[in-house]
Amino acid sequence: MKPGRSALVIIALGTLVVLSVAPLVGPRWIDPCILWKRENPLEARILWDIRIPRVLVGFLAGMGLAVGGTAYQAMFRNPLASPFTLGLASGASLGAVLAIHLGWTKLLWGTPAVTLCALMGAGLTLVVVYGLTRLRAELSVATMLLAGVAMSFLNTSLILVLQYAVDPVRAFHAFRWMLGGLEGTLGYRDVLWLAPVVVAGSCIVWVLRRELNLLSLGDEWAAARGVSLPTVKTLILFVTGLMVASIVAHCGPIGFVCLIAPHISRQLVGPQHTRLVPAAALLGGAFLVISDTVARTILAPAEIPVGVITAILGGPFFLWLLLTRPLSWEWVP
Amino acid sequence: MAILAVRRLSFAIAGQTILENVSFELDRGEFVAIVGPNGAGKTTLLRCLALVYRNWQGEILWLGRPAKSVGQREWARFVAYLPQEERVDIPYTVEDFVLMGRYPHGSPFSPPSSQDIEAVREALELTGTWSFRHRVVRTLSGGERQRVMLAAVLAQQTPVLLLDEATTFLDFRHREEVQRLLEKINTQRQVAILAVTHDVNTAALFSHRIVALRDGQVIFDGPPATFMQESILQKVFGFRPLLVAHPHLGIPVIVPTRGGGES
Repeated sequence: MKPGRSALVIIALGTLVVLSVAPLVGPRWIDPCILWKRENPLEARILWDIRIPRVLVGFLAGMGLAVGGTAYQAMFRNPLASPFTLGLASGASLGAVLAIHLGWTKLLWGTPAVTLCALMGAGLTLVVVYGLTRLRAELSVATMLLAGVAMSFLNTSLILVLQYAVDPVRAFHAFRWMLGGLEGTLGYRDVLWLAPVVVAGSCIVWVLRRELNLLSLGDEWAAARGVSLPTVKTLILFVTGLMVASIVAHCGPIGFVCLIAPHISRQLVGPQHTRLVPAAALLGGAFLVISDTVARTILAPAEIPVGVITAILGGPFFLWLLLTRPLSWEWVP
Repeated sequence: MAILAVRRLSFAIAGQTILENVSFELDRGEFVAIVGPNGAGKTTLLRCLALVYRNWQGEILWLGRPAKSVGQREWARFVAYLPQEERVDIPYTVEDFVLMGRYPHGSPFSPPSSQDIEAVREALELTGTWSFRHRVVRTLSGGERQRVMLAAVLAQQTPVLLLDEATTFLDFRHREEVQRLLEKINTQRQVAILAVTHDVNTAALFSHRIVALRDGQVIFDGPPATFMQESILQKVFGFRPLLVAHPHLGIPVIVPTRGGGES
């Protein structure tokens, strides 16, 4: 068995362990034997209605963010690119902040208005970035990146204006939203929302693995091997863009997962997207589940925003990787 | 019928004309060198032929079929393009990288077929890269790397190869080896080769025909022996070289001179 393949199996097993242990951990440890002994209905309800859906949402969100990061890093040939670079997170934040300031708290089709506005903000940003890129003759990734950074700044400054101009209570509420978190998860509504989007998006990215391999070598090489650049780039942009937009709309802009999971995966299974995409998906999901478990446990009953935890856990680890290992595309078997 | 025909091809980037009314043909199994001074539009011509650029004017025909009616993937089954050496960091192993050349023949829903595996093995053996197929491309030396690049293009198994300066930056031994390899592919498998180079001597010795570009226009199209004349070289390069007959082949070749020279 190739070293990359055995690493992938180990990652899968590790993820399984994380997924089965995480729901048991919390302010109160739940003994797994309640699954077969029906003697503690309260704990069973906490497990089934609160912890398991939350772990599932965390896993789906982490998975989608990591897959999005992997795809964007290959397409932009830049190890620091992520869907966040294109302004998706700031677009979602702008939508959410706007909804919070306007006091829209109603549910629309069973979904909070804040989530829908965040989704629309991210979607609009994506369309604007794509439109700006299309103005130039070829679908250049450099133009796309610059358009994304520009939109990011624009969105951020609009958020700052809103935050400065309005009611401080709502401003704090909006600020809390922007830190990202999974504490809004109750029951299986979010799972049902995210699962189809994330699973379908990740599958499409995996189907495009050969294109991603070639795109990471540059446009000229990819086109010469027969990759239809405009079609493939547009597909990647919108599929991963919509996937990340739905995640951010539900959980807020949780940073670092889409950078760190692909990097670590590349070190473990190599740069081939056949293995890299599933490895990043599993690691991203497991990483966010672990971070969220820490976030809801260490200061219980209070919660730390999970975005803070991913940064605190992720940042130093990332630096350690950068400083102790050759640059992350490196993989010598 | 010519396998690949170019008719009145023109191409401009940002209003600047790079190619102007370029016409020539490539027959099955032919070895044609495209020569010309720097900035003549040689690389751009290959990019147009590989459909890396699609917004040109004029016609590119595959057996009479217009290129613009052919999808990118299908075109890559006709024509394989080896871009000019730029130091791209390639993190993949040699074997994985060469397998990527099979992209136009594969499907995302099935693993590499036995044909793919066979094509890769053949390309690796032909280029003498089989022994280091498990190494990572970025760790190879220049000569090894260029042979791997060639293997990736050969694995594509197309009737036409477009090569951009495939041997220019190699030392003379490796250049000789790669040239012989190209000759072998050309004669044994009837693969037509269109090779861009500014190494006029190599072009004269190895090709059947030379097409010379200057300022985006074809100013010569004919056999090497006709091309290697002072007057024509002067017209193409704006410089009168010293020509000496090759001791074995009789074709005139350019020899370097120094400090004003005796010419």
